[in-house]
Amino acid sequence: MTLLPAHAFAQAAADAEMVGTPDEFLAGASASEGGLDLTAPEIAENGNTVPISVDAPGAVEVRVYALGNPTPGVATFRFGPLSGAQFASTRIRLAGTQDVQAIAKMADGSYVTAMKTVKVTIGGCGG
Amino acid sequence: MASGVKPRVKVPKSASAGDVITIKTLISHPMESGQRKDSSGNTIQRSIIWRFTCDFNDQNVIDVVLAPAISTNPYFEFEAQVPESGEFKFTWYDDDGDVYDTSKKISV
Repeated sequence: MTLLPAHAFAQAAADAEMVGTPDEFLAGASASEGGLDLTAPEIAENGNTVPISVDAPGAVEVRVYALGNPTPGVATFRFGPLSGAQFASTRIRLAGTQDVQAIAKMADGSYVTAMKTVKVTIGGCGG
Repeated sequence: MASGVKPRVKVPKSASAGDVITIKTLISHPMESGQRKDSSGNTIQRSIIWRFTCDFNDQNVIDVVLAPAISTNPYFEFEAQVPESGEFKFTWYDDDGDVYDTSKKISV
């Protein structure tokens, strides 16, 4: 048995929990519009830190994708029993002007989605 | 290796039972995406925090998986229910196996 360095375990765990792509998350199901609010600026001067927030009443899980990034996955939010609202806000990197998509999985197993186009003046991937 | 990692959280000191409160968290971390190249053209190895969780009295509030597209110094704002007095526990998991945590008490 070979011993892996500690970071290899964390890396494997991270990859197993990857945010993936919208198609992987939906797994063939279709997502309807409405019931999910995605807030993002119309124009972001600095793609290194773009504030976004998602609000999806009744969702158990929300995933955020930046469709024009080298890897589209941005984050997965899972809401536990003590979450006050299915709301979360964070800051993300965008490589350039692109669509940001959020998909929420509802408690009944259905999906809803929302999309926003963000214009980026300076890209955030250090090209 | 990430150095100088410092978590900061903002939680109200007190609330009424059943209240929904807003929590803000920030942790200083470079979140090296693994996409950038150094001056000689070599890819800089990825080094990010890949997971963040918040629990209250051992019950989960939120569990976030982070991709490299999360900005440097990951910031999160979210809402939590407070059924009773207790302690919020915040945990960040680094790619290199390090775990950073901090906690905040709240009284009802």
